[in-house]
Amino acid sequence: MSNLSAFLAVFLTGIVLVVAGLGMAILLSPKSFNPQKGEPYECGIPTHGTSWMQFKAGYYLYAILYLMFDVEAVFLFPWATIVRELGVNGLYSILFFLLILALGLAYAWRKGVLKWK
Amino acid sequence: MTHYSQPLEFTGLTRWFDSALRSVMPDFWAIFIELVIVGIALLATYAVIAMILIYVERKITAFFQARIGPNRVGKYGIFQTVADVLKILIKEIIHVNKVDKFLFYAAPFFIIVASMLTFGAIPFGKGLQAVDFNIGVFYVTAVSSLGIIGVLLAGWSSNNKYSMIGAMRSGAQFVSYELSGGFALMTIVVLTGTMQLSGMVETQRYCWNLFNGHIASFVAFIIYLISGHAETNRGPFDLPEAESELTAGYHTEYSGLQFGFFYLAEYLNMFVIAAIAATVFLGGWMPIQIKGWDAFNQIMWYIPSYVWFFGKTGVLIFISLWVRWSFPRLRIDQLLNLEWKYLLPINLVNILLMVILVLSGLTLTQIF
Repeated sequence: MSNLSAFLAVFLTGIVLVVAGLGMAILLSPKSFNPQKGEPYECGIPTHGTSWMQFKAGYYLYAILYLMFDVEAVFLFPWATIVRELGVNGLYSILFFLLILALGLAYAWRKGVLKWK
Repeated sequence: MTHYSQPLEFTGLTRWFDSALRSVMPDFWAIFIELVIVGIALLATYAVIAMILIYVERKITAFFQARIGPNRVGKYGIFQTVADVLKILIKEIIHVNKVDKFLFYAAPFFIIVASMLTFGAIPFGKGLQAVDFNIGVFYVTAVSSLGIIGVLLAGWSSNNKYSMIGAMRSGAQFVSYELSGGFALMTIVVLTGTMQLSGMVETQRYCWNLFNGHIASFVAFIIYLISGHAETNRGPFDLPEAESELTAGYHTEYSGLQFGFFYLAEYLNMFVIAAIAATVFLGGWMPIQIKGWDAFNQIMWYIPSYVWFFGKTGVLIFISLWVRWSFPRLRIDQLLNLEWKYLLPINLVNILLMVILVLSGLTLTQIF
């Protein structure tokens, strides 16, 4: 049993769970219609305008910072598996790599990106 | 290097079943039937674990708050979750007018599939692992972040302001804490030299990783617990669904079973985080071994591997609940500061510390 086929089986299991669950719920559940039901829920007050609008940029900056470190993690994982074989040279080279990234974080910190406004 | 007998394992049974199937039909169909059985088994454990966890959580929560908790359906209320599942199945799925239909219905798929894929990669016991990639840890972090796409889709497509704010908070929180979670696991990858989950368990035969890399492992363990707790949007980190300000956060517009899927995935994610922590740091299904205590070691091996696994996971889940009911909710800036100004720098230093420990041979190989 290869891993890829097992992966596919688990994936399909997830899909089947949602489809079967929803199918069962649709069969069992009552159906009624009322125009009020379709309104977005806002504690009983009619909602004002659309919710699809431009949003606080603070979240966006964190997403960019995340991207930087996530790509770093992609590079670090293979290094981490073979660090024993690489020895001290591996440590020095990764130290340089981490230093650049730490500088990036320090720059963002200094610029006030990490400060919630 | 002694091998103790393990009388209560499933490995003999599965091997016998495999050979029996292969003897009566071609390999393709044998594998097909095995995969179907694996799928059904996973589905069953998924549902049962979620139901048990919901009950246990409500009961423990009640005890923390000096209440009784569910106590009407069945003795001590043990059938409460069964009743809840039945109830949620016969609730109407309300079709909201202004939502983005396609994304709205796609969101539960993402969330359930993400938690199911991580669930399949967990080694529940000796030989009880569905998916065992050689990049196991990496696979788990990668696949679990699929869930956040579901959360963002749900929040965005709902066309509701609460959902929108909840999804944005959840997104910022998840991506931030996923980083430290990944780095904490990476610290242990440095120690074990393998990313395969079954391989990681195997390296902990004599000494769990928590003791193996002592200081660095311990720091990584704490960081992983914090970030795992934050990734599941629980406890003091439950801003995305802070009910007093945001109603229910990103799943405000969902009703009936569609809401049930979000609920299910939340509990399963809690289980998966605890299970990965148990596997990577606490030896997974390996029993505790102490050098020189042969009789003790033998007795520990008699306890089946899945009991060890669920025991360790259960302890970690209890700690997670304990934290949840002991601390007040954080503000969003405090939450992000904790990650970016404390956990991440500590983590980077911690990885280097672990490398130094490994290279200078200061790690332990046996307890005492």
